[in-house]
Amino acid sequence: MKKQLFALLFALVPFTAMAAGGGASLPHSMEPDLHDKASLQNGMKLFVNYCMGCHSLEHQRFSRAAEDLNIPQDLVEENLIFSSGLRFNDQMHIAMGSDDAEGWFGAPPPDLTLEARLRGTDWIYSYLLTFYRDPSRPNGVNNEVFPSVGMPNVLEPLQGVQEHVCAETDRQVEGAELDPLTGKYQSCDVLQVTQPGAMEPDEFEDAVYDLTNFLAYVGEPSKLHAQALGPKVLIFIVIFGVLAYLLKREYWRDIH
Amino acid sequence: MADNGVNKGRRRLLLGATTVVGAVGAVGVAVPFVASWQPSARARAAGAPVQADVSKLDVGQRMTVEWRGKPVWIIKRTPEMIERTQTLGADRLADPQSEVPQQPTYVTGELRSIKPEIGVLIGICTHLGCSPLYKPEPDAEGVGVDNWPGGFFCPCHGSRFDLAGRVFRNVPAPTNLEVPPYRFENDDIIIVGEDEETA
Amino acid sequence: MGNPNKVKADSGFMRWVDDRFPATQMWQEHLSKYYAPKNFNVWYFFGSLALLVLVNQILTGIWLTMSYNPTAEGAFASVEYIMRDVEWGWLIRYLHSTGASAFFVVVYLHMFRGLLYGSYKAPRELVWIFGMAIYLALMAEAFMGYLLPWGQMSYWGAQVIISLFSAIPSIGPDLAQWVRGDYLISGITLNRFFALHVVALPIVILALVVLHIIALHEVGSNNPDGIDIKKKKDETGKPLDGIPFHPYYTVKDIVGVAVFLFVFMVVVLYFPEGGGYFIEKPNFEPANPLKTPDHIAPVWYFTPFYAMLRAITFTLFGLDAKFLGVIVMGGAIAILFVLPWLDRSPVRSIRYKGWISKVMLALFAISFAILGVLGVLPATEGRTMLAQLCTAVYFAFFLLMPFYTRLEKTKPVPERVTG
Repeated sequence: MKKQLFALLFALVPFTAMAAGGGASLPHSMEPDLHDKASLQNGMKLFVNYCMGCHSLEHQRFSRAAEDLNIPQDLVEENLIFSSGLRFNDQMHIAMGSDDAEGWFGAPPPDLTLEARLRGTDWIYSYLLTFYRDPSRPNGVNNEVFPSVGMPNVLEPLQGVQEHVCAETDRQVEGAELDPLTGKYQSCDVLQVTQPGAMEPDEFEDAVYDLTNFLAYVGEPSKLHAQALGPKVLIFIVIFGVLAYLLKREYWRDIH
Repeated sequence: MADNGVNKGRRRLLLGATTVVGAVGAVGVAVPFVASWQPSARARAAGAPVQADVSKLDVGQRMTVEWRGKPVWIIKRTPEMIERTQTLGADRLADPQSEVPQQPTYVTGELRSIKPEIGVLIGICTHLGCSPLYKPEPDAEGVGVDNWPGGFFCPCHGSRFDLAGRVFRNVPAPTNLEVPPYRFENDDIIIVGEDEETA
Repeated sequence: MGNPNKVKADSGFMRWVDDRFPATQMWQEHLSKYYAPKNFNVWYFFGSLALLVLVNQILTGIWLTMSYNPTAEGAFASVEYIMRDVEWGWLIRYLHSTGASAFFVVVYLHMFRGLLYGSYKAPRELVWIFGMAIYLALMAEAFMGYLLPWGQMSYWGAQVIISLFSAIPSIGPDLAQWVRGDYLISGITLNRFFALHVVALPIVILALVVLHIIALHEVGSNNPDGIDIKKKKDETGKPLDGIPFHPYYTVKDIVGVAVFLFVFMVVVLYFPEGGGYFIEKPNFEPANPLKTPDHIAPVWYFTPFYAMLRAITFTLFGLDAKFLGVIVMGGAIAILFVLPWLDRSPVRSIRYKGWISKVMLALFAISFAILGVLGVLPATEGRTMLAQLCTAVYFAFFLLMPFYTRLEKTKPVPERVTG
């Protein structure tokens, strides 16, 4: 029997080996927390105010977000729906036509409903945190995880202007030298805010966390339902399994 | 494979327990499949309450809004229309007191409305689903009866309703016209599809 | 009344039925008096589990069809509609998408069981061939189903696979165009794949499953010892080492079902993307014929064969690498069909075969697994060489089988099954 189980595990090896494959490293990472309603609400507010000028959430209804994030309907209608053509039950469309957008930005800003599932939350989080000034670009900014990005840094009023400077950092970046005394790296590729915005760097990271968290929610609104259902279903299956096992053992007493 | 030593009671108990739990599981599995036939969020969005602005509706006139794919009539009744409607009785109407539940509970009286001057009706004949014509004038032509108090006439099979949507006697339609749930947001705005209580 | 040769209930309603339909006869033939060897081990769960997954796929598939829109314009949005707007749609969809992968997990394990214990050997050749036909139909079913969400991976995966047809000399390009019904993969392709996925192939698969089971019940189940249990019967004609499938294996299989469902539901409810292998990340972007994703990999259950396709980077006998790759890939599947005639061993089970068979089977399994991993990784020079080596081992397992199974020394097979 032991041998059998071993053989079975062996057959499953390719599975786990594949699942272990990782992606490229990103400068920042975050863990979404779909139970943090305050964060999600703030994220929705930020999204509607800063992103929804250009990016739609074609598959996400205001009403569904209101229900899942505990926002009353009248608050949504007053504070989160700006377009007169949109109603509470509608999906989060944008007014800008994709042809116009193509003319303005070169490519239409993508719909972001599934962005968190397409690129991952770490990517979105890193992307929003690593805009920096780059005079060689047409709109004056560039991005560490999305080089030659076409999107302007719409969060600049909050974050301030970020630039590459020479400084100490905890993070090992290419070409960085380790200072043996402080245990930190010396690098001239450190992103630092050089002109402050409306938020302190910590506050801004929190805001970007909330925004990313909201996009994680939008990517898969059913996740909370699934997690709530999970323990019930699994406990039920265990109970059923135990009964079935006892029944099997009882019948198999006949077999010698 | 001898039959001796078999604990029949235990076997029956376990068989019963497993069967019951298994049946509960089967019902549990059926739940999502059955529930998924409920109107989806898209259908519910399309069937969401609609607003109607009655401030521009002339007295005596009718407007139509669409709610859940059905025409909903809103009429602004004149004092004369109200009087003509209220004087109708059981001699001419099949269900003058609206005893058949064709309206929300908060819609009562001969006029079957929240405010006497504003009538809200689903414009579908209770006979076979045609949309009746609006014949508000007394003794209007083509309604097939004398002494017409004003109301609605269905061209399909000749059913007649008064200005409160109450069905006349001796017509094919069995019941009064349906009154949808509605409420007044303010004096001018009616929300069709939402009950008064939830306001 | 009816056929007097059939077993019938003595009286009552069942008698009435039995006079018109062989219900009791079938119940006995396939369940209560179908004698299965009593020494089935854990490998023998996967047949009934495959049937369970098939039922899951058919049920959830029917329900998905109710809300899915098979057009290039509407397909992607309709999947999100199912995921968000339809009540419980997310669960039904995840049951179906996870079920697809689960199907291949149990089918691969089921097939490996056949290899281990020689379940393909005479007189079970047809059982094996029907099973292989199911596997082939299942691959077609999965491939066509994967196009339906109309995401980037759906689109480009289909693009790659359909392009395989174009490798066939002279008729290839026309054939690929005929399959697509267009000059590129378009709504026309999507529509015909939809029809095949939801109507044609399920009928074929169901019919093949019936044939597979009828053939199995005609010859009887094999067992881990590879012994013919019908040779030793008691005075009433029952095999001494056989037990009625019902109730003994029905209650046992239900335990297997519970264990399987636990694992399955953990994936469905907590990891429906399967780490990006059950639902691949690029599929969260709608199909775009003008932009190929950075990294295309087929779904995991095709990757061993995909790795073989890519491993062929050389020309041979005047055939170019592309066509040769297609031949190798097709051959890798085709050779499984003739397996019953490649194995010349006097014994069925690996337990009594010689060490060469054991080593070859282990190497084969390892190679198949490595090819599976290589198929999802981008090709490099080193990986291509490894894939070539594994492909060689894969074919060696089959092509050398007539020799090593005949030459090697086998162990004596016991008279009766062991524990």
